[in-house]
Amino acid sequence: MGRTIKLREQWILALVAFVGIGVVPALNAWVPADSLFHISDFRINLWGKYVCYAVLALGVNLLWGYTGLLSLGQCLFFSLGGYALGMHLMLKIGRLGQYKADIPDFMVFLEFDKRYPATGGLPPHWVPFHYIGVALIAVVVVPAVVAYLFGWLAFRSRIKGVYFSILSQALTYASMLMFFRNDFTFGGNNGLTDFKFLLGFDLNQPATKRGLFIASMLLLLSVYLVCRWLTGTKFGLVQRAIRDGENRVLFSGYATADFKLFVFVLAAVIAGLGGALFVPQVGIINPSEMAPDKSLEAVVWCAVGGRGSLVGPILGAICVNALKSYATRAFAEQWLYILGGLFIVVVLFMPRGLVGLPDQIKAIWRTRLASRRVTPSDEPSVMPSKAATRTDE
Amino acid sequence: MSHLSSSGWKLWRQCRRVLFILMAPVLLAQNPNSEAKVRKLLVEAVLEADETRQIGLVRQLSQLPDPLVGTVLLAWRQGGVFLFDGPSGPVPFLLETQNDPQGKARGLQLVDGEALRDEKGTELKFQASDLTAADTTSRLRKAIKTSLDLLALANPDPKMRRDAVLKLGQDQDLEILKPLQERELTETNAEVKRAYVEAISFIELASDDEAIRVAAVERMGALRSLNSLSFLQKLVSDATANPKKYGAATLKAARSALKQVQDHQGWVNTVGTGFRGLSTSAVLLVAALGLAITFGLMGVINMAHGEMMMVGAYTTYLVQNQFRAWFGPSGASFDAHFPVALAVSFLAAAMVGLVLERGVIRFLYKRPLESLLATSGVSLVLQQLFRSIFGAANVQVGSPSWLMGNLAISDVQFAYNRLFVIGFAFFVLLLTYLLLTRTSLGLQIRAVMQNRSMAAALGVRADRVNMMTFAFGSGLAGMAGACLSQLANVGPSLGQSYIVDCFMVVVLGGVGNLVGTVTASLGIGVTDQMLQPWIGAVLGKISVLAAIILFLQWRPSGIFATRSRSLEG
Repeated sequence: MGRTIKLREQWILALVAFVGIGVVPALNAWVPADSLFHISDFRINLWGKYVCYAVLALGVNLLWGYTGLLSLGQCLFFSLGGYALGMHLMLKIGRLGQYKADIPDFMVFLEFDKRYPATGGLPPHWVPFHYIGVALIAVVVVPAVVAYLFGWLAFRSRIKGVYFSILSQALTYASMLMFFRNDFTFGGNNGLTDFKFLLGFDLNQPATKRGLFIASMLLLLSVYLVCRWLTGTKFGLVQRAIRDGENRVLFSGYATADFKLFVFVLAAVIAGLGGALFVPQVGIINPSEMAPDKSLEAVVWCAVGGRGSLVGPILGAICVNALKSYATRAFAEQWLYILGGLFIVVVLFMPRGLVGLPDQIKAIWRTRLASRRVTPSDEPSVMPSKAATRTDE
Repeated sequence: MSHLSSSGWKLWRQCRRVLFILMAPVLLAQNPNSEAKVRKLLVEAVLEADETRQIGLVRQLSQLPDPLVGTVLLAWRQGGVFLFDGPSGPVPFLLETQNDPQGKARGLQLVDGEALRDEKGTELKFQASDLTAADTTSRLRKAIKTSLDLLALANPDPKMRRDAVLKLGQDQDLEILKPLQERELTETNAEVKRAYVEAISFIELASDDEAIRVAAVERMGALRSLNSLSFLQKLVSDATANPKKYGAATLKAARSALKQVQDHQGWVNTVGTGFRGLSTSAVLLVAALGLAITFGLMGVINMAHGEMMMVGAYTTYLVQNQFRAWFGPSGASFDAHFPVALAVSFLAAAMVGLVLERGVIRFLYKRPLESLLATSGVSLVLQQLFRSIFGAANVQVGSPSWLMGNLAISDVQFAYNRLFVIGFAFFVLLLTYLLLTRTSLGLQIRAVMQNRSMAAALGVRADRVNMMTFAFGSGLAGMAGACLSQLANVGPSLGQSYIVDCFMVVVLGGVGNLVGTVTASLGIGVTDQMLQPWIGAVLGKISVLAAIILFLQWRPSGIFATRSRSLEG
């Protein structure tokens, strides 16, 4: 619980940063394609995607693992961030679309020029997104505002526990229905896609993909550091206290609603940033990204990795998604069984996830050893550590 | 005087009806004879050279209740009646529908239905493309069409008759006014009689006599006939544009009739919306009652609740297939499948629920958030399981014959399957209420719900009660699924489309409270249906969700909160 980052952790962090930002892109760029150590463009792209998911998982963890708020709406904020940057990318396609028009293809297709004649078919709220600055601000501000409004309403009336989960799911579901509508001006069913350029770089170039991977790694590291710092402060202590006994914290004079609201907005911003980097790498954002099971999946990454620790969610997001990529290719039919099974197994047998697994195995091992050595007439093995010392005699 | 004459008229009408009824057996007995007569008349009509007289003959034909007339007239209109140059002038004939291998068919003479033969007596065969059809003018074709429509009035099915009458009326052809009026007298079915009055009024609108027009308009208003709405609207706009031609009286009558009909339409729509809202509520109620028990009473978040409904729906499908294999695709025995399916669905879903409770949920009673996750996993597994077994596409679930069709009460259509769901919702509600309040299991359920450890200390087997409660809640979901299979598509994602709504009902109603569940499902269902015509289904749904979130600001624990002194609820 130390506030300063321990030396060993510093080394690990530096190593991860070095590998992620230096080694992996270098292996992609300079090692010849037939070499064993070469990392293909496809892999870089895929891993960039995982890293963005890891950012999302960190946000979920901040809420669930540290504050006890199981939000099933994180994918909404992820998508909002994605849509905000996606709008800018749509406008940067210029006249390279199918219809060779100034406005994005779906607007031509939906005859927006009749609805918005003043701007040549571009809805007014799209106009500022010509500037990357506006888009980047929107990536942060839009999820934050939505989270603030919803959180304010929810925490003010002390909606908590499963009710909060259900309502956040309803919010996401309602937003998904909204984004599915063509009138909502965000491309309806198909969403935003066919991006060409970001900041003047061609998105199909390997170098751009590499750059986006590095950017995602940087984002992950900075989000990690922010979370690491925040959970180490007194604020983090209050956070965990809220998780373990909200009423006691409330009666101790803390405005728990404000704390929760802050964490909720922060998690939304983190998710939005992840989504913004996710979209140019995947090349599409559509409403199915907000489907209720996507948010649940994000929670499962967290649970698999180990909630309440900072490394856990990252590990979980990457492992589960790598497994998903493999499984959906190798045996597509069975993937949902695996995912569903993962939900159940993790909840029932691995409450602390992968991160807690070594301790769990150690504990089981010790009790096993103890019960084997201790005669049945002895008292039951209560404390594994005690039992362990006894065996050492 | 007028009174006398009108009663005399009535007497005459009654006499005619009696006469007709008396004569009916005689007419039927004369059948072989009359067929020859019909055939003779048909030949005469086809060969007639003068167009006006030909039309007259066609009119006359429409009064003969022989199916042959319909067949021949239809063929004639479509150019299927041909002429053969016989020794004594042209002979009309039809081609047999069955062709021989060369694509030729025998020619059947209109006169007697016998095949055409040459002098030696061998049958002649023809190909349609080599023949000249009996020609028709456009006026004649129109007359034939009207005659065919009139023939449809003799259809034994009252529904078909009703449609035929209305169709005739829509043409506003003054010439068929008289035949219609004549047939009205012999009609016995009240629905069809009403249609006659409507159709006659439509036609009379085209009359030049203002008094007749006004009378017709007033009749429409008095009938509150929705079919006449477009006619009245047209009349009002025409009469406003051209007051000289129509006259002030017509306009005035038309306006007041239009208002009457529109008021009636408004009423019909309101009742219809109310009914749809009620039936949507009933579906929600049936679906959410199970959840109100597992979530509301036990505090278990069962995200696989929707999949329990799916289990019920697919069970119905299987039961139906089994009954089809046993008793064939229709009949009373087959129709009995639905009640059986309801019971079997309950049992099937209850079994799945039992396994789920024993296998997963009993470890998680103290960790509701985690039971949410684990049951989501179960829901994914079940979805994939059903997809693997039954395929990703929807399966066809039919309805028993007694659930098909509508009950129409003064223009409002009440679908039987929706009526059934409403009744069923009441039944299930009553069942649940009785179980909770009148049985020892219900007493134990409530005790465990209020204070698990205290109940256990007093000798209630809390574990067993939990198991039974969860199985019962799941069983209710299964029955809901069986019900839904009558209203919606049955596919692997059936559960997903209801789960959010169900949770909303329970959260809005207040947890652990049946009255709240009923009120909330009524509120959500009716609001949803009321908003739909205005802003569409999707926006309606979104508004309802937003309204619920806002409502919870005012009453955070739902409409009917269970009062409790415990802090952590």
